[in-house]
This record gives sequence, C-alpha cells and structure tokens, in this order.
Amino acid sequence: MSDTSVDADEVRHVATLARVDLDDDEVEEFTAQFADILTYFDALDEVPEVDTETELVNVMRPDEVHEGLSQEEALSNAAESEDGFFKGPKVS
Amino acid sequence: MTAQALEQRDFAVVIGLEVHVQLETATKIFCGCSTDAADDEQPNTRTCPTCLGLPGALPVLNEGAVEAAVKVGKALDADIPEQTRFHRKNYYYPDLPKNFQITQYDAPICQDGTLEFSVEGETREVDIRRAHLEEDPGSIKHVRDGTGNLDSRTVAIDRADYTLVDYNRAGTPLMEIVTQPDFRSPSEVRSFLNKLEEVLEYLGIFDSTRDGSLRIDANLSLVPADEIRDDGSISEEVLEAANRTEVKNISSHKGAEKALTYEASRQRNLVQRGKTVEQETRHFNEAHGSTVSMRTKEEEKDYRYFREADLPPLQVAGWKETIDIPELPDARRERFREEYGLDAESASKLTSTKEVADFYEQVAETFDPDLAATWVADNLLGELNYRDMAIEDIDGRLDEFARLVELVAEDEITTKNAEEVVLRRMLDDEMAPDDVIDEEGLGKADDDAVGTAVEEAIEENPDAVEDYHSGEGGALNFLVGQVMQKTGGSADPGSVNGMLREKLDE
Amino acid sequence: MSADLNIFVTEETLDSDADGPLSGKTVAVKDNISTEGLRTTCGSAMLDDYVPPYDATVVERLKNAGATIVGKANMDEFGMGSTTETSAFGATKNPVDPERVPGGSSGGSAAAVAAGEADLALGTDTGGSVRNPAAFCGVVGIKPTYGLVSRYGLVAYANSLEQIGPFAPTVEEAAELLDVIAGPDANDATTHDEGADSDYASAADGDVDGLTIGVPTELVEGADDRVVETFEAALSDLEAQGAETTEVSLESVGHAVQAYYVIAMSEASSNLARFDGVRYGKSGGYDGNWNESFARAREEGFGAEVKRRVLLGTYALSAGYHDKYYKKAQDARAWVAQDFDAAFEEVDVLASPTMPVLPPKLGESLDDPLQLYLTDANTVPVNLANLPAISVPAGEAEGLPVGLQLIGPKFGEETIVRAASAVEN
Repeated sequence: MSDTSVDADEVRHVATLARVDLDDDEVEEFTAQFADILTYFDALDEVPEVDTETELVNVMRPDEVHEGLSQEEALSNAAESEDGFFKGPKVS
Repeated sequence: MTAQALEQRDFAVVIGLEVHVQLETATKIFCGCSTDAADDEQPNTRTCPTCLGLPGALPVLNEGAVEAAVKVGKALDADIPEQTRFHRKNYYYPDLPKNFQITQYDAPICQDGTLEFSVEGETREVDIRRAHLEEDPGSIKHVRDGTGNLDSRTVAIDRADYTLVDYNRAGTPLMEIVTQPDFRSPSEVRSFLNKLEEVLEYLGIFDSTRDGSLRIDANLSLVPADEIRDDGSISEEVLEAANRTEVKNISSHKGAEKALTYEASRQRNLVQRGKTVEQETRHFNEAHGSTVSMRTKEEEKDYRYFREADLPPLQVAGWKETIDIPELPDARRERFREEYGLDAESASKLTSTKEVADFYEQVAETFDPDLAATWVADNLLGELNYRDMAIEDIDGRLDEFARLVELVAEDEITTKNAEEVVLRRMLDDEMAPDDVIDEEGLGKADDDAVGTAVEEAIEENPDAVEDYHSGEGGALNFLVGQVMQKTGGSADPGSVNGMLREKLDE
Repeated sequence: MSADLNIFVTEETLDSDADGPLSGKTVAVKDNISTEGLRTTCGSAMLDDYVPPYDATVVERLKNAGATIVGKANMDEFGMGSTTETSAFGATKNPVDPERVPGGSSGGSAAAVAAGEADLALGTDTGGSVRNPAAFCGVVGIKPTYGLVSRYGLVAYANSLEQIGPFAPTVEEAAELLDVIAGPDANDATTHDEGADSDYASAADGDVDGLTIGVPTELVEGADDRVVETFEAALSDLEAQGAETTEVSLESVGHAVQAYYVIAMSEASSNLARFDGVRYGKSGGYDGNWNESFARAREEGFGAEVKRRVLLGTYALSAGYHDKYYKKAQDARAWVAQDFDAAFEEVDVLASPTMPVLPPKLGESLDDPLQLYLTDANTVPVNLANLPAISVPAGEAEGLPVGLQLIGPKFGEETIVRAASAVEN
C-alpha cells in the first residue's frame, strides 16, 4: 500500500528543478506515467538494509601538470563565444 | 540614553562563517591543469575535458590537495575520520561546467577543530565545525549588449544582458572552512580571518596576494541579548528561531567587517521599526559598502546530494601522523621570546610571515640574536615597508642580506653606513653589499689609519685640545669630526671618540 | 545496406598507422564514445553537431592496436532505451529481420556486426545495453566487470553501472577486442589493475568439462516459451560437453529492475545536467535568465524518454524522497550483490536467457515505458552487482535469434568466455 500519488504540480516542480521546459501535453502524459512507475518503485520499501563494502580506496594522482586543451579546442563547440569567453545567459 | 541605543542594547549579533580558501597546489583538484595564472592570462587557456565538463570526462583526485587538507586539519586540531568521500551538489549556474559541484557532504575530511585568535588584546577561541575539499567554479563577467569594447560593457550583476564565462579557474582546489556561529561582532570576524590567513600561509598552502584566494560567506542574525548564556553560548532553539541572512561576495577581511557592520545595522533598523528580518541571501557590494537582496526569486535550495561514484573514498586518517606541518605562528612567537629573549613586539614582527621568521632564525643562529632582531625587524622590514615591498620580493637575495649583517657584526662597516647607505642601495639598485661598499668606498678604515688620524687631529688642533682639558664637551665632538673628515667618514665615531679620550687623557 | 538499416549516425573511415592485434580489422564505435574530430551525438538532437576535442581511452587503444574505425553507431538517446527506437536519428533495423528492433541501447553496434558492416564493434552496457542487442541480432556481446575497462570518454548516463563492451561474430574475437580495451587507466579512478596484460582470447577453448552452471529460476520463469525452449536446448548441449547444471534461487532479483531504474535515473539526472547549451550542444538563447535559457535548450534537445528519466531521477533524489527511493535502491543493490556472491560459492557461472522475449517489431514497445523497463529483468541484476556477463547466440526460434547469458564472479571474464565458447560449438 503506497501513498504515491504525484500530481501535475509536482511534475512541474520537478521539471523546474531539472531545468526542462514541459508543455501541457507533456505534463499530462508524464503525470500519468509517473504514477505507474513510482508505484512500481514502491516495492523498494521491502528491501532490507544491507551494508555495502567499499573496494577501491585512495585512488589519487600526483600533483603534476599535464597539457590540456588550447583555447580554440575549448571553444570549438560553443554556440557563441566572445573574445575567448563562452557566452551564456544572464543570471539575474 | 536614546531609545535607539536602548533598542540596540537589546540585541546581540551572531555570526557564522563559511570561508573558501584556494589551495596552493601545482594542479587543479581533479585534473592535471596548472593552477598558476599568469597576469595577462587569456580566458579558457588553462582547461581540459575534465575541468571544462566535456561529455565523457572524469575526475581524478590530486594527492597534493589531500595533503594540504590534512595539514589544515592538523593546524586546526581537527579530527580526520577513518573514511571520507566526495558527493555531488547539484545546481545550475553558467560558471559550473557540469552543473554540479564535486564537494563533500556528510563525510568531510576535517571535523571539530578550533582556532584561537586575539581581538582587542583578548584571546578568543572559535569552533571550526568542519573543513572540506571541493572544486572552484569558473569566473563570470556580467555584460551589456552594445558596440563598445568589452571592458566598457562589463557591468554589475543586475544590469547585464548576458554573461561571459572563463573556466580557467574551474577545478582549482578549495577548502571550505565552516565555523560555528561563535562570532559576536564584525571586528572579531576580521581578527579571526587575519589569524586564519596567517596560519594557512605558514602551512605553505595559501597565498593571500592571489586574487580570489579567499572568499567568505557570512551568516548573521540578531538574537535577544538576554538569551545569551553566561559562558557566551546560545541554545540551538534560539539560533534556529532567529532569522538569518547569508551575505555573499566578500573577498577580504576588511570587506567582511564592512559587510557585517552594514548588515548588523540594517537588521537592527528593521527590528527597531517593528519589521521582520527576511531569511535570505544578500550580495555584498564592496564599492558601496552595502548588502543588496539578490533579485532573483530564491530557488528552493534542493541540492540533491548523492555520492560521487567516479571517486573512490579516502582512508587517510593515518596521514595526520605522517604529514609534517611547520611550527605554527603562536608557538613560534613563544619560542622566539624564550630562546632569543625577544620582547612581544619584536617577536610579533619577526613572525609576521613564515619567510621573515625563517630568515630571522637563520641570521640569529649565525650571529647575535639581538643584532639579528634589530637588523631584520627594524631595519630590513622598515625599509621594505617604506618601499611597499615584502620579504617575498627579495626572496632570492636573502643570502646578500645575511652578508650585510655579517659585515656589521664583524665590524667591517659602520652601522650608520650599513643602515643609511648599503641597505638602501641594496633595495633600490639591487646591488650586493660588497659591491656597494666598494663603489662608495665605505670600507672601515683600518686601525692604523684611524690611529694616525687621531694623532694628527690632536696635533693640528691645539686650541681644541686645550678646550677639552678645560672641560668643554663640544671640543671632543669637534675633534671627532676632524678625525672623521680625515678618514673620509669611514671610521667608527664611537671608537674614534674612545681613542681621542685615551690619547688626551694620557 | 547499412543506410537501409540505419546502422550509423556518422559514417567515416579512420585508418590507423599502428600495427597491432587489430590490424586489418574494422570497428564500429557506439556514438556515446568520444572520438576526436569525429561527431559524437549520443543519438541525441542535443549533440547533433558536437565534435569532441579528445579521444576516449578505448578509442586510443583501438587506434594503437591498428584498428580501422568505420563509423559511429546509432543508439538509444544517451543510452536510455532497449530498442534503439529513442534515437533522434531514427531507429536501426535488425539485420536478421528488418521489421524488428535490433535491441538497445547499442543497437547500431550489434547490427553493424550482424550485417557485416564492421568486423567488430564497441557498445556500452548500463542495464543490458550490450547483451540485449547481442541477443536480438545473433552476435556475441560482453559486459565486462565494472572497473575492467576505462570509461574516460564515455558520455555518462549512469556512471556507477556502465561499462564499455565488445561485439563480435564469435566469442574468441569478442574476447580479443576485450583484451585490447581492458586494463587500468590513470584518467579513470574507478578502473582496476585486473585486465592489464589480460588474455581472455585464449580462454575461448570450449573446455567446460566439470564446469558447474547455476540457473536462477527467477530469470527463467515468465520468459517466452520459445525462448525457454531454445535456452534449455543450449544448456543440454553444454551438459553433453561435461558441464553440470543446477537450479539456484536469487530472491533479490525481484527488486532489481526497480533498484536499477532508480539508481540509473538518479545518476542520469545529474550526469545530463551539463547539457545547458553554453559550452556545447543546443543553445537556449539569451532571452530571459539562465534558468529559462537552460530549460529551453533541454526541452528542445532531449527526447521524451530522456526527459522522463531525468525528471524521475530528479524526483528520486529530491528532498523528501531521497531515502525512500535512492537510498532504498542502494540497499537493494547491495542485497543483489550479496545474493550473487552466495550463488558463486556454489557454482562457477550462472546462466539465463539474455532476454525474456524474442525481438519485438518496430513501434510495438513505445506506448508503455514501464512494460519496456520490465524486459530488462534478466540483464540489470548483473550491472547492479558489478559482475561480468556475456551473451552468446544459443540458436533461433521461428527464425529469430535467442541469446544465452552467462554471468561470472567479479573479474571472472575468463570463465564466462570459456563457457560461452562451448555454447558456440
């Protein structure tokens, strides 16, 4: 028995967190699908608590310089750039 | 007492800090790009797939960053747990190449430390809740549309049309040091930050002269003064109940004091007028000395932390034993006072940076500690200060300065010449002391030459000699002057004085 | 032929100057593996003109071994899918029956080998994406132990689950390709020393005398009868060669699909956050602020399945739901690993049908996402437990390929290669 009901508002909220615009049709479709999928996921409530063992530890590299990308290479896939900078949207 | 002052007395200021410190490693925290920024560095010239966040790139941890973190933990007397690991902090911003920051969440590398500092003559101790490793984002310029050059179109954050991003800085190792809300005034914060910087520089992992090497987020709230217990502590409930603002964009100690002074009085004014202080994030505008509310609607801060699976965990508790840290400033100061018999002021000057302290000890071991103290603390530092220089600027020439002290100690030049001529020319003209001496002909006259000059002076000035014998003090000085003239100023006035007396009193 | 089947997103030949074990061999590389100077789209409109400035480590190793790369193979968008139908560049058709799916998400890679468009191929396996198309196209596919092969250059979908794996017509050739790409990499902190100087190819000797094979009942019941029949015939064949089969039970696998999807979606929501149009990919323009711009770019660049998984993953990690979904999924993962460990104390390898169904027709699977997730039931437990597995053709049912999956203990690639080579006999 689960209390998993996700409504359109929650879908919109999650879409905002994920920075993905959704149109109304998509919101509707996803709301229906999510309910099913999340109900299915509820089965996880039955899982016992188990300790995981860590295997690899302390993987590090020495503090030594390696060659990287040129400015041209770095900017090669930018939609827009200006004077060597990546152009991005404003933040206010 | 005005009503305003009464109102002000009812509330105490409570401040906690999150200090972000750039670590001086050779490379970035998760990739092999250099952390060294040339002054005229072009944007996006110091990146690789990893720090640029290209699809498919992976982080690999820099051992040097971990060592630096352990040193900080040791210096702050913090615990280093059995296992520590990295998490992802997920949020969106153009300066974040991956739109998540690799940081530490519930298993930070350092926990529960302390730092002692003095403010207005009193010693205070602040609890360091935790210190952890994380990566620096890139840097952003806020720009307006238009035809002018870029500099002319660079504006404040709230007036921009778009941003320009440079990822050179992205991936620089940061340590975030979080204090308990133990501060009770902006000036305490400033003193604490001074002390923290000093300790970090002593560890050799921090450079205060580097732009952006220190960034501070401060939390400030007002708490009813009568809620503060006798021992200065405040209960969790009271702290939670108070609305607190976070002030960001502080990058210096002075800035911190300024920002917090403004914020404290802004909050007091609100409370006085019966208004509530909103719990929010504010941006410090250094030029205006004020804090402004960040205009964007405050996004619910859901960072969705989860483990960074690309980085295996660290088990480095044992490193605390095996990694050495240098003697810290306070301890060194104490030792200088005991071992070299220095007074508090000299000890302080001589431990102002680790470099100065190291140089002083080198000189003190070879020559006399008092002489060394005078020369380093008073003369050298004094002349450096006057020229707006620091000991780092004469880094490669410390042996020349040691030589200067040697020359004085061995009596090869007069103190006066050393101070007034040689030292200054060494700094202004970048000459070695022996070269200055040769050029200026400052070698101390040898004893014979001086002895001859003394005798000549006595012979040539019988009136002065008579005046001396009749008790006129000025006569002796006159004779000393005569001797100095004869030796071209290279005799030592003190010993000339003595030699004259000897001869005259015979 | 390949154009009809829509195998490649980008067809281009890169010859190698080097001389090595793959000299004279052609390789198709899945389009989520970075190739310097050669478009890498991940099957997505978001990256339709992204050209990486660097090679993935496995691509470097291919080149150093003398291989000729013949193109970037089509795939489900960002690896999210089981039929290659979510690709922004259209579905790939199954060379065995072009009205059917080739499987996914590495459908293009498997089809390239099945159609003879390439001698070998590289794919990636997060929840079955190498084994599934290997089974549906009738070729061999290996998912290595997590940490055997470097992921540097693999565009991440679920970074704690995925591995790059080889496709080939025979077990020995697949193992040969695995030998070339396996081994530790300083650029990937999750790689192990195992695999350095490996010789999996020599293990393809078909000698299964005395090999104990466990068959988890949970992975056989519920499968299509025709699949089960072919599977059991192949098992009998192994028994005839000296192997012993026995039934085992893995109780935890009933929760494996949920755990897999919660973990994969959560990690995906974070791994795909970087696609905001600033450094690469579709730009959202400069109207409005960064939140609006990013949301626009991602709305346009991502297909429905990717959006679904990114949103669900965001949900599973969000405040209030983290413990219920993500943490529980990690518990389930540990439980599954434990179950497998216990099984391997009794048997050398585990066997199951790779897929519980025969390759579906194109277009059949797209209406109900949940139904599609359930077809991964046999493959996802292996990724959860970080184990190696191979899918080897076991025969045909009604003219369609059926794959037999062999699962080994951690770094037990030699054992599964050996067992699989016997299936080929």
